Amino acid sequence: MNAAAMSTASAKAQGGTILYVDGVSVTFDGFRALNNLSFYVEPGELRAIIGPNGAGKTTMMDIITGKTRPDSGDVLFQSEIDLTKLDEAEIANLGIGRKFQKPTVFESHTVFDNLLLACSGGRGVFQALFHRLGTAEKQRIEETLTTIMLTDSRDALAANLSHGQKQWLEIGMLLMQEPDLLLVDEPVAGMTDSETEQTSKLLRTIAKDRSVVVVEHDMEFVRDLDCKVTVLHEGSVLAEGRLDVVQKDPRVIEVYLGR
Amino acid sequence: MTDYRQKYQTTPVIGWLMKDRGGMILLAILGLAIILVPAGNLLVPKDSLFHVPTWALGLLGKYLCYALLALSVDLIWGFCGILSLGHGAFFALGGYAMGMHLMRQIGDRGVYGNPLLPDFMVFLNWSELPWYWYGFDMFPFAIVMAMFVPGLLAFVFGYLTFRSRVTGVYLSIITQAMTYALLLAFFRNDMGFGGNNGLTDFKDLLGFNLQTDGMRSSLFVASALALAVCYIVARGITRSRLGKVLIAIRDAESRVRFTGYRVEHYKLFVFTVSAVMAGIAGALYVPQVGIINPGEFAPAASIEVVIWVAVGGRGTLYGAVLGAFLVNYAKTYFTGVLPELWLFFLGGLFIAVTLLLPKGIIGAVPTFGSPDRQSVFVTWRKRLNDRRSRQGGSA
Amino acid sequence: MSNAMIRSVRGLVPMMRCHLVCLMMVLGALTVSPSPASAFSDEELRIAADRLAGDGANDKIALINNMAADGDPRVAPILEAMLDGRLFLRKTDQHVVIGEKQGSIWRHIDVVSGDVAGESPASGLEKLRVNNRLRGALRDALGGLNLFSLDIASRRAAVETVMGARDPSMLPLLVRAIERESDETLRNRMELARATMALAAGVNKEERLAAIAALAGETTPQIRAVLSQFIQSADAEKIEPDVIEAAETALASVERRLGLWQTFGDLYRGISLGSVLLLAAVGLAITFGVMGVINMAHGEMVMIGAYTTFVVQQVIQNVFPAGSGWSLAVAVPMAFLVAGLVGIVIERTIIRFLYGRPLETLLATWGLSLVLQQTIRSIFGATNRQVMAPDFMSGAIEMSSGLVLTYNRLWIILFSLIVVAGIAAVLRYTAFGLQMRAVTQNRRMAGSVGIRTGRVDALTFGLGSGIAGIAGVALSQIDNVSPNLGQGYIIDSFMVVVFGGVGNLWGTVLGAFSLGIVNKFLEPVAGAVLAKIFVLIALILFIQKRPKGLFALKGRAVEA
Repeated sequence: MNAAAMSTASAKAQGGTILYVDGVSVTFDGFRALNNLSFYVEPGELRAIIGPNGAGKTTMMDIITGKTRPDSGDVLFQSEIDLTKLDEAEIANLGIGRKFQKPTVFESHTVFDNLLLACSGGRGVFQALFHRLGTAEKQRIEETLTTIMLTDSRDALAANLSHGQKQWLEIGMLLMQEPDLLLVDEPVAGMTDSETEQTSKLLRTIAKDRSVVVVEHDMEFVRDLDCKVTVLHEGSVLAEGRLDVVQKDPRVIEVYLGR
Repeated sequence: MTDYRQKYQTTPVIGWLMKDRGGMILLAILGLAIILVPAGNLLVPKDSLFHVPTWALGLLGKYLCYALLALSVDLIWGFCGILSLGHGAFFALGGYAMGMHLMRQIGDRGVYGNPLLPDFMVFLNWSELPWYWYGFDMFPFAIVMAMFVPGLLAFVFGYLTFRSRVTGVYLSIITQAMTYALLLAFFRNDMGFGGNNGLTDFKDLLGFNLQTDGMRSSLFVASALALAVCYIVARGITRSRLGKVLIAIRDAESRVRFTGYRVEHYKLFVFTVSAVMAGIAGALYVPQVGIINPGEFAPAASIEVVIWVAVGGRGTLYGAVLGAFLVNYAKTYFTGVLPELWLFFLGGLFIAVTLLLPKGIIGAVPTFGSPDRQSVFVTWRKRLNDRRSRQGGSA
Repeated sequence: MSNAMIRSVRGLVPMMRCHLVCLMMVLGALTVSPSPASAFSDEELRIAADRLAGDGANDKIALINNMAADGDPRVAPILEAMLDGRLFLRKTDQHVVIGEKQGSIWRHIDVVSGDVAGESPASGLEKLRVNNRLRGALRDALGGLNLFSLDIASRRAAVETVMGARDPSMLPLLVRAIERESDETLRNRMELARATMALAAGVNKEERLAAIAALAGETTPQIRAVLSQFIQSADAEKIEPDVIEAAETALASVERRLGLWQTFGDLYRGISLGSVLLLAAVGLAITFGVMGVINMAHGEMVMIGAYTTFVVQQVIQNVFPAGSGWSLAVAVPMAFLVAGLVGIVIERTIIRFLYGRPLETLLATWGLSLVLQQTIRSIFGATNRQVMAPDFMSGAIEMSSGLVLTYNRLWIILFSLIVVAGIAAVLRYTAFGLQMRAVTQNRRMAGSVGIRTGRVDALTFGLGSGIAGIAGVALSQIDNVSPNLGQGYIIDSFMVVVFGGVGNLWGTVLGAFSLGIVNKFLEPVAGAVLAKIFVLIALILFIQKRPKGLFALKGRAVEA
């Protein structure tokens, strides 16, 4: 990284990026999953991250959410909080929500209880033991149920939802956490076309109030999102910009088509 | 919409217990037993058909302690997915605490007539009481220790284990190693717990002879009450938001973490509570069987507890109680009539239950809802709420 | 003999010491004489024997030693008679004779000639009383006399007796024995014995220094005791400081070498335990490590292997007794087949329905272990069965430092390494090994390229169980063959696999040996049970630090 880039990086850090990833590398048994990865997300931005298999997308998410520790590099939240020192729960409570690739909801709980558990507020053991549902909380859960189109399934077990509904429920749970930054891993994998369309709408609605980073393979979906795109390849950023611009980049074409 | 308010917020303990059908049945049976069994033993004449012989009273009291132990295992396994293969250790520690009190109660009536030292210490030529035996002459202290020591061990063990995210079979294996290490330790004479023979030859408790029918009835009642109270506590925990978090941990641990909960704190809490319950069970068990020895620490004994829970149906609490009674009754029956078949039966039970009855007997009963047990509860709750809101509307 | 003469003999007693020194010098001079027969004149021997009836234990002990010191063949019968209570003082003439009971009368045997010299009733003889101290001295003296025995075995035994007694008065006897000894090793042993005595009895500095120099090269706990005892008593005996210093240096070097041997011994015992753990755990490294199946009945597979060994041995003994030396060689493949087949049946009937449900697998296989134990108990009974060791496995190599390397342990160490090498070869070089690795890495992919995953599962489980069976053959040599055999190994085996790192054969090898060695190094410090408890606690703590073992494979975090 040259001096000019460095200065813009620090300028961005000071200028209030919500997520600042700089020079992050991580190696698993000799395999370099991330190689000097750097990118920044502005507050309120919707960002799509694409890249072929093994480009390091999920590892990047693991690093931001505290599941994996980087070998080197900085990960800052809201320009000042060092995420590499914190664990998953602390990072979640800071306001970073993560949706897994495979929809992960609490299958033995009802949809309502799933949202209740995700509801922002006390996370302590004894707070939970003596917790009583407040009107405000209930109100928020009802609102979220509407947002994720699951009002009718309020009392259904999450296990009985369709694949797409589980994805929405998971997004709904993230919304209940009231995060400032939402990381979404392949939200439309395995969805029908109409579900995909609704999901895209849902994400854009959500992105109005917060920053969202979406990892996705589906180009149509990314086009629908209509946002800035970052292309990852072999653990570092290959290209960044509008989708139509990026798609014309010869290096991107080479990586995707293997010319 | 006020039904949610009622459902989650203002319902008193009795209210939510009313909705727990299996729990109500269990508590009702326990209540009846507390009255009828001692009465049948003490008041009904011996030649009457309804007389409860003392041996049966003792047997039932023992089963109640096993049931409480099973309940404690179900609390962590059924609701939080922690399969402990070392819960017998907490049970045994509680038992040893009570045993130490009973040893001190013997006083100078031992074989060697030493007013301070238990017989085995005199036999080993010990000149003074080890420091950790002090205080056990006081009953309240012994009771507190019967809960505190297992709780402390569970807390320390759980703190180390859950913090470093040891889960699943790894956890099961190291809980087994824990009880195995304790087994070896308690076999040693110089530990000061009677070594191989353990603690026995108890005389009386709180000034009453342990062999009298009245004392045995009292211990039976105490065991039944302890089971009832622990059941209510466990049910209270599992239906609170904390209980929902526990179930969530069981089903998707990392999701819970990414939702911002400190999973290790929750596990530690429920593991410790469970160990305390196991300790209480052990403390009630020892005066009824009259002995505590290192055999209670054997890994095999702890695994057997797990099968009681599995047979009854895990994740239900009352299923664990049912399982403990059924399997132990079978054990009493087999070891009396066909001792060589008992291990075949027990082993077969392990295999059959895991392969054919993964949800246990309770799970197989349709009213308690096989695969959709909870949804049955939910619909049932919904019906109740509908009725309430209708009543509310008409009023 | 008149009373006056007796008095004069008794009067000698206070002067005994001086007299004995003279006698020793005479005897010392006699050592050059070609035959021991002329060591004492008849008269000398008679006087000496008569003095055995005298007073004063100390003097008598000195006398006994002096009589024995020469190796005169006539002395041994006298001392033996005294030891057995057959030596008497004849009341008529106050001579000492050996008594021999013939009905109600006693025949008197002359101590010098060995001929019968009269007889009397019991009242005519007075028995020479022997106390424990005297008895000990007699035994030592007789031991010394055996240094001249014609039988090499009894000479060898005599050297050890002399060395153990460490009685300086034996020294001249030993010197003569060394001169006459033809066997080289025995002579070296005698030299060593001489050095231990010379250290205590050495007249001058040179002798002591020479003795210390001779001892410094030895490495036995016995020599360590000799040296440290010498140093302790040195002040009282006014030994020169530089001699003490030399002794201390010698002691230090002996101790250093003994320490090394101790370490080596612990290491050996650790490796020996490690090889047992390895055998017990290596099958589990496949079923648990590679397949991820928690097989609590693994120990019972080991047990089945041990019982197969027993049955094979019985059959061969009854059908073809000449081949019973080969029964273990037959038992190894048989145990593999029997345990392997049982394993395959278990996999097909129980475990395959439980893939992906590890806790249920654990419970079901635990139940299975109970059933298997009870089955074996019903067939063979609850008592231990005896499995014979073949000739090549019995016996041991004994080191001078006291370390004993038994052949069966050495064979088991070798056997465990062969088994591991065999498994590694199967996994690496066979088509089955390739398929197995493929299935464990990506089941769906393996299935879609045409591997019959169900068959591979069954065979893999069969392989793991079969290896457990082979372990049973080895364990039958060092453990009781009983229905509970497997129970003792199951927790240890899991610990080894978890410690080494699941899915890593070399981790299992390293895990087994390091656990074995740590255990054996702790044992001298803490005792066997505490050492085991410490190892368990250390393992529990270790798993906290590295939940996936020593050689865990890192990778992209698997979610949920």
